[in-house]
Amino acid sequence: MIELPPELESPPVPWTRRHLLDLESLTADEITTALDVAQRFKEATKDCKVKLPALAGVTSVNLFFEDSTRTRTSFSLAARRLGADSVEFSASSSSVSKGETLLDTAKTIESMKIDAMVIRHRSPGAPQMLAKNLDCSVINAGDGPHEHPTQGLLDILTIRQHRGSITGLTVALVGDIAHSRTARSNIWGLKKLGAHVIVCGPSTLVSKQWEKLGVEVSHNLDDIVARCDVLNLLRIQFERQYTRPFPSVREYALLYAMNRERMCRAKDDILIMAPGPINRGVEVTPDVADGSQSVILHQVNNGLAVRMAALYLVTKASR
Amino acid sequence: MSTILLKNGRLIDPSQQIDRVTSVLLKDGVVASIDAGDASADHEIDVTGKIIAPGLIDMHVQLREPGWEEDEAIASGAASAIAGGFTSIACLPNTEPPLDTPAGIEYVRHQANRADKCNVYVIACVSSGRKGEQLSEIGTLVEAGAVGFSDASKPISNPELLRRALEYTQMFDKPVLNRPELVELTHNGVMHDGMVSLVLGLAPLPVEAEEVMAARDICLAEATGGRLHLMSVSCSGTIEILRRAKVRDVGVTAEIHPCNFSLTDEALRSFNPNCKVNPPLRSADHLEACIAALADGTIDVISSGHAPRASEKKMHEMTDAPFGMVSLETTLGLTSTKLVQPGHLTWSQAIEKLSTTPARILGIPKGTLAVGADADVTVIDPELNWTVDPANYLSRSSNCPLSGWELTGKAVHVIVGGVVKM
Repeated sequence: MIELPPELESPPVPWTRRHLLDLESLTADEITTALDVAQRFKEATKDCKVKLPALAGVTSVNLFFEDSTRTRTSFSLAARRLGADSVEFSASSSSVSKGETLLDTAKTIESMKIDAMVIRHRSPGAPQMLAKNLDCSVINAGDGPHEHPTQGLLDILTIRQHRGSITGLTVALVGDIAHSRTARSNIWGLKKLGAHVIVCGPSTLVSKQWEKLGVEVSHNLDDIVARCDVLNLLRIQFERQYTRPFPSVREYALLYAMNRERMCRAKDDILIMAPGPINRGVEVTPDVADGSQSVILHQVNNGLAVRMAALYLVTKASR
Repeated sequence: MSTILLKNGRLIDPSQQIDRVTSVLLKDGVVASIDAGDASADHEIDVTGKIIAPGLIDMHVQLREPGWEEDEAIASGAASAIAGGFTSIACLPNTEPPLDTPAGIEYVRHQANRADKCNVYVIACVSSGRKGEQLSEIGTLVEAGAVGFSDASKPISNPELLRRALEYTQMFDKPVLNRPELVELTHNGVMHDGMVSLVLGLAPLPVEAEEVMAARDICLAEATGGRLHLMSVSCSGTIEILRRAKVRDVGVTAEIHPCNFSLTDEALRSFNPNCKVNPPLRSADHLEACIAALADGTIDVISSGHAPRASEKKMHEMTDAPFGMVSLETTLGLTSTKLVQPGHLTWSQAIEKLSTTPARILGIPKGTLAVGADADVTVIDPELNWTVDPANYLSRSSNCPLSGWELTGKAVHVIVGGVVKM
């Protein structure tokens, strides 16, 4: 463990929130603060490798009611890197499967003197419900199709590292916009920082209504690919749909998969991103996912930095 | 039986087109005089500045008993009705077992008599077991006292069943009450389909689901000549369809619940499960259309849509919490505050929608203060300011997002069959 850099010893000025529930309600300053803190943690921990004593004595709980690999691991590693204790709570083997309400489960866990609760749940608003009823800090790790603020922040941090600034960039989110919490968090964050955002996908998954959020709507990836500085390729959320919103996966891949042919028409320095898990051959072909413009694994590393920042900011603000 | 004199009130009785200051004498459980002057009575109530209305009637109430007593009981629901100013309510058959037998109806009537609060009428199942497959024994149920037929919150999906129901009920001159909703367009939906649902990621309940079925239901009512009552309408498209049907003189009436003219989908931003209702809280443009439809008579009835749900059920997340809001004790206050005070409705129109018209649709001898009519009276103080506090409801449930709302207008005396209940 190394020493804590002095600039991280007290919480940064524009941050007073005890919870991180969404990016919609954050100001541009707050988003920038979170990104700056994440960047400093990333550097101070030598790319999130070494430990820092920033959150010694803090306990955070991962309360995941939906499957997750990267987000869950990322939150628990982030907590440990900062010297906090991280506890896993598994919904399937818990009182929830015995019929206890979410609120009772959360209150029970909170009674064990918890500082922060990281929740993923299939219902939009579940983290808000906990924030309203608990005294500890709450971080939203994805609430149904609503928001996934740390994913939004890590995507934006990745772009900022490669481009220096967000202002003026054209960023396209491609895929299942309707069911994507990543899309919503990205839209709020990117718009506040001055990017032009395009949401692109089949018309059953991206309606014209989205324009009212101040984004461009496209149903044709070939029309927009040449203009984009960043493509963020979202997964099709089959688990949230009743009838399939397009005829076949094959047809989807034909229309929307990012492949070599489309890469040829993209800007040379385009960034290829995906929040994961990726379906190779559906939203992106393997050569592009693993190609020189792909920053998918940078995103994963930045996930650690952003989650360190999130845990740090909300727990410091609450004291 | 004693006599009661309601002195110097503003009598508003749409059934007789009366709106004037007078005194009303009740004797032996009936209205003895509406020009009672200084008649003497055992019991005098000075109602100066207040409205004397025929007892209010709520034709859409879930009482939940038998089967769901954790939500509501017949006695608690009837007490809640009195507190809200209603002298008669009609309960829906979404009980367990559903009200599809004479014994079920008898049970409700017996419990209502035992509770001795307001009159309780029964709307029985239109289909056996509320399964939407075969007609229930409608003739037998009429004999037992059913005043209408419905599968409650469950829409009649099968058009042939609805057609048969509209044909068969004509023999008994009873209405079929249907909730227009195309369930293939609403499964798993939580809130109104619009910008707020798009932002919150909550599964949408599109207006088309209501409009398509309202149009279908009206077609079948027109074809059969049956009496159709559209429950819980909420959107502008339905209103357009209704308006055109009324021009053609189709036998259709419609009702709205106060939440659908008082709250918009913006309320869902709180993620408060008590805002989860079906039909959902719509966007402002739909609210405006509904209010205009109330004013021009396209919407005939205001009913509470009282849907009590035990707090443990509403403590769940938005996707899992059940639909419903308790409304018996706020319906009059919201009607007054949101419709009468801003000038959308006159008190006479409001009372018509809360009393005279529901009585006519259900074919019950209520909703009037004509001499000789049952002495069911609601005295309303139109200026009384009060604060909504669900903790004080007489309903067994308190699932209501209006805590702390300031309302103007409240029932101050409620008389049922010549007996003062409040």
